[in-house]
Amino acid sequence: MADLLLVEAVNDALHVEMERDPSILVMGEDVGKLGGVFRATAGLQDRFGADRCVDTPLAEAGILGTAVGLCMAGWRPVVEMQYDAFSYPSLDQLINHVGRYRWRTRGTMTFPLTIRMPYGGGVRAPELHDDSPETYYVHTPGVKVAIPSTPSDAKGLLAAAIRDPDPVVVLEPKLHYRTAKEEVPAGEHVVSLGVSRVAREGSDLTIVAYGAMTHVALGAAEALADEASCEVLDLRSLKPLDEDGLLASVAKTGRVVVVQEAPRVCGFAAEVAAVLAEKAIFDLHGPVIRVTGYDVPYPYWQIEDAYMPSVERVVDAARRVLSA
Amino acid sequence: MSRVLPAEADLRRVIGDGEAIPDGEVDGLAADDLLQLYRNLVLLRTYDERSVVYHRQGRIGTYAIFWGHEALQAGSVFALEGRDWIFPAYRESAIGLLRGIPVSTVLSWWRGHPSGWWNPTEYNVASICVPIATQIPHAVGFAWGSALKGEDRVALTLFGDGATSEGAFHEGATFAGVTKAPVILFCNNNQWAISTPLSAQTAAPTLADKAIGYGIPGVRVDGTDVLAVYEATRDAVLRARAGDGPTFIEAVTYRAAPHATADDPSMYVDADRVQEARENECVGRYARYLTRLGVLSDSLAEKIKTEALEVMRAGIAQAESEPPADPSLVFEHAYVDPPPSQHADEAELRRILGG
Repeated sequence: MADLLLVEAVNDALHVEMERDPSILVMGEDVGKLGGVFRATAGLQDRFGADRCVDTPLAEAGILGTAVGLCMAGWRPVVEMQYDAFSYPSLDQLINHVGRYRWRTRGTMTFPLTIRMPYGGGVRAPELHDDSPETYYVHTPGVKVAIPSTPSDAKGLLAAAIRDPDPVVVLEPKLHYRTAKEEVPAGEHVVSLGVSRVAREGSDLTIVAYGAMTHVALGAAEALADEASCEVLDLRSLKPLDEDGLLASVAKTGRVVVVQEAPRVCGFAAEVAAVLAEKAIFDLHGPVIRVTGYDVPYPYWQIEDAYMPSVERVVDAARRVLSA
Repeated sequence: MSRVLPAEADLRRVIGDGEAIPDGEVDGLAADDLLQLYRNLVLLRTYDERSVVYHRQGRIGTYAIFWGHEALQAGSVFALEGRDWIFPAYRESAIGLLRGIPVSTVLSWWRGHPSGWWNPTEYNVASICVPIATQIPHAVGFAWGSALKGEDRVALTLFGDGATSEGAFHEGATFAGVTKAPVILFCNNNQWAISTPLSAQTAAPTLADKAIGYGIPGVRVDGTDVLAVYEATRDAVLRARAGDGPTFIEAVTYRAAPHATADDPSMYVDADRVQEARENECVGRYARYLTRLGVLSDSLAEKIKTEALEVMRAGIAQAESEPPADPSLVFEHAYVDPPPSQHADEAELRRILGG
């Protein structure tokens, strides 16, 4: 065990997995000599060589498109998209090929690639360095999505993604790259996809969150401690979704607030609310309320805090559910 | 370090016209090779012509015609070894016939039946790529990844003139250049992207000129001259195997047929130019060359055509005898390890269909 920052845990996972499996190849913009703009890939090129830690041209669709071809040649590419919104040009390859190629070959070829990227706001960055694009990925058939909130899960979910036979997108909360620090298991550490984590136990209300919003949910639960016993469920993986974990928590509390940083319409919180409407309606004592980013472009950073779901907004929503 | 020369302005040609333009020849091709090439051309031509008929008869769905483009497919593939991979666009839907993919399989693809989706590793032919140009980075990644593993495999990817306007072409060619991937970027410049002429597609004097910007040699070849295509591709394969990286080949043709069975080119095309292209079409042109060479007789040509027609008859019969696809195949192979929700969906479908 070692105390690691979240970004260090990502780096640790890459070292451990590349050591374990010589078919893993890390590729992306500035991932080699520089070690990535966040240093998530630091040391990999020195350790594994320039053939297995590749500085690519600045071309996201080309990165993901050639990664598809690398899979066909027997590699397990781990692709870094430098920032959340920088990944949009690669959606062409993601939607048209990454999520479909195995199906297209009727299961005779597999595409075990991993796409990882820092995501989310709150870091006082220029436009398009702040997005939460998980919906685009979750909505794509054939693709799985994991979002850690802690260093241990950042390591374990990335390892699971790399080992998974299907394409997996891992969104890493950049806001917490260097703020979250905890003991992380040394060596091989895998957190299975599709298993949620109870980040705080409670009995009156469940706050469902993932990634950076888990920390906001925990803040709200603490702020409400004198009023209600709030459970915080960190989904960790959006696809596969741990429906059993979600339904078990809601069966216990009967009240739900879902928090997501992305814009509201058709966001993942809507999916959670729909699952609850279909499968837990008789357990619910009040409406399922979403606390999300607004349906606007991510704002100028001087006023970005007004956009981000805050402890205050989650507390307000929780009180509305609790009083219903 | 090889130097990238300016793209060749002139079209490479081997086959003459039997009159003023003399015939050339390609080193290393024996009479048997020349005849095999002819069989390949006739198979593709017959496949294409019969497919249009099958479509009109309602036996296959919308079909993308490749009439007149047989030489560039047969010629380029003939320069490869079996271990080399082909990454086709939909215009080359039947190119796998040259690698042993059954006619019935390709027809089933156009019939929308699951049996039309082949195993690429069985034939070293990637799946038919419908979105334009997006197969180019796949071929580049495959070739690059094979070279990294020390394997001697070349990738050939085919695409049209319109595809060179796509970002995927630009990014794929960029990667090909910097990785020195053993890949051949093969462009079928048939002058049309549905109704959009090349003049509206690019201001580049030739498409081969585009290659220079990626540090890749650009070659222009007469796409209706199967021997010139073969020779140009063979040169590119040799470069790739020698570690000298990719080559861009612009095969100049003219689309003398509709884009697809749903298209009406009379709304936009130049009828005289179509007529000229049809008179100079690649299969007849090669047949006349072989006849002048004394390799092909009328009776042998007739026999080869009859064999191809028989292969097609058997192929459509086989495709039509496929049992109806099981609707639960809807769920098949989307994931190796599907999310639990998929099992519930599949159970629901079975219940509804069963009830």
